[in-house]
Amino acid sequence: MTMAAVADRMEASEVERWTLPSARDFETVNALIAAPLLERGSWSWRVWWIAFVVSLALTSLFLIMIFMVFTRGIGIWGVNTTVVWGFAIADYVWWIGIGNAGTLISAMLLLMRQKWRASTNRFAEAMTLFAATVAGIFPIIHMGRPLYWYWLTPYPNTMHLWPQWRSALIWDFWAILSYILFSIVFWYVGLIPDLATLRDRARTKAPRAIYGALALGWRGSAHHWYVYERLHIALACLGVPLVVSLHSVVGMDFAASLMPGWQETIFPPYFVVGAMYSGFAMVVCLAALVRWGFRMESLITVAHFDVMAKVMLTAAIVMGLSYATEWFNAWYGGDPTDRNLVIFEFTGAYAPMFWIMLVCNVAIPQAFWFSAVRQRIFAVFLISVLINIGMWFERILIIWNTLSHDYTPSVWRLFIPTFWDWVTTFGSLGLFALMYLVFVRLIPVVSMHEVRRLVAQEQTP
Amino acid sequence: MTRLLLAQFSDRARFLAAARRLHDAGHRLLDAFTPFPVEEILELLPRRRSHVRVVMFVAGMGMAAIAYGLEYFSAVIDYPYNSGGRPLDAWPAFMLVPFATGILAAAVAGFTALLVATGLPRLHDPLFAVDGFERASQDHFILALEAPLIDDGKHRVIGMLHDIGAARVREIER
Repeated sequence: MTMAAVADRMEASEVERWTLPSARDFETVNALIAAPLLERGSWSWRVWWIAFVVSLALTSLFLIMIFMVFTRGIGIWGVNTTVVWGFAIADYVWWIGIGNAGTLISAMLLLMRQKWRASTNRFAEAMTLFAATVAGIFPIIHMGRPLYWYWLTPYPNTMHLWPQWRSALIWDFWAILSYILFSIVFWYVGLIPDLATLRDRARTKAPRAIYGALALGWRGSAHHWYVYERLHIALACLGVPLVVSLHSVVGMDFAASLMPGWQETIFPPYFVVGAMYSGFAMVVCLAALVRWGFRMESLITVAHFDVMAKVMLTAAIVMGLSYATEWFNAWYGGDPTDRNLVIFEFTGAYAPMFWIMLVCNVAIPQAFWFSAVRQRIFAVFLISVLINIGMWFERILIIWNTLSHDYTPSVWRLFIPTFWDWVTTFGSLGLFALMYLVFVRLIPVVSMHEVRRLVAQEQTP
Repeated sequence: MTRLLLAQFSDRARFLAAARRLHDAGHRLLDAFTPFPVEEILELLPRRRSHVRVVMFVAGMGMAAIAYGLEYFSAVIDYPYNSGGRPLDAWPAFMLVPFATGILAAAVAGFTALLVATGLPRLHDPLFAVDGFERASQDHFILALEAPLIDDGKHRVIGMLHDIGAARVREIER
């Protein structure tokens, strides 16, 4: 066992506390979180710059892809007359799933009074914001005629046409739009007291002016806090059902069709759990990176990874149950098309990916039954990466399997990804990373006021 | 213009003890500035209610009604469209848009209500000029009370605050 592993073990043995002894006074917490933003000179940003350049390059490729789609049409992707949806829609579902989790985690844990959310909610909410933004790009570029996207909105027009309110795609538009804007409000409200702290800690003029303006003159008066708390909890109460409705609607994009493998009532809850699952996995990845990059070992502890691993284990079991329910229903329903689709999933052209998906999403996370795995940050990080890969395969296979294996065998075709398909996927990762890197450089990655409160609560048990 | 005494504490327990003693002695506490919400202090301060949630409820329900009304108007009155005999007013299918936009409107209204209730944005406040006030957003707890008009009483209060453990006591006008 290495020294680091021994140290990790020791950290984890101190139960019931979510901070390490080295960060149990307010000033230490403030300094730890604010220093990278206000005293940049004393920090090495080399890794940040490397990541920035790489993500900037990927983002440029993504923009070139968008340009190509807009000028040449969606034929540059591998979509064909049978498999009419491809990577763009799968990426959309994957990103919106990740985008669900931040608000879900933050709001649900707030309502359940889980103290450990204090040091994770900020970067989880930021993840939500950026992932939902990335997700929102895909339906528009996939439209074929993106210049008419505004036809989704109800506005008086000379054609006397209105949106089709019975369509799940229209629900999608409103759900995403409302969700992104709601997430911005929720995130900013939680940020105001921290911006005030940065304003008061800044020693140079420009940061003081910028953070000061964004803090709106927050003074931390008792009345401010009272109103703030009431608003924050009310927003959390609204956020949870909004998140659930958002991914349910994404599930209904599929379930409202008549296609084998899509037309299933389990889809909305199954999509919500899948979203929470991949979102949690992404939060764990970001938590590990933030912890390492900003030396937050005393605030993001082994105990955090332990508890998040338990949540992912639960989600893995629910996902396994959902898959099994789908197979059972196909068999029990007796429709040959549905039964053949399940056989195609297990043995057809995409079967290797299907097995990878099952291994990554259901089998490997069972390792979280063991506390030895849960308390090794690298192991939790690695499994989370695998879960994200598995969830991406799930999204792509939901689309490919059903569309490639429709009712009529004469139209069966496979999807072969093109160069631009890969650019779409990895470019979107680059765009997300780029936004996230800018975020960590400008805004405290951990909520200072909530950690201060946590520290105070832990002092007086 | 009121004359205020600002007592600054580095410790939450002392800050609360001082607030309770002053309150019991009949002094008028006006406000408190803390780095995180301290619920116990609220009952010692003049009661100010907040209607944030009422505003949010009204805005949310209002927006939902508007959204449903728009759907109803467009699908039933302005452009009735018979698609396979489905009802024109397909209310279960119409629920999502009012729901999502209603929540968004409630959130925006709640944020606006926060600004109105707290008087923000207010980038300049005499308190910001007080030396040491910047610690209220970091690690110190500051109690604001009405300064007694008579010098004698004022000195007694200041002495008492120092006894309890105030790091600093200042008098300002606001």
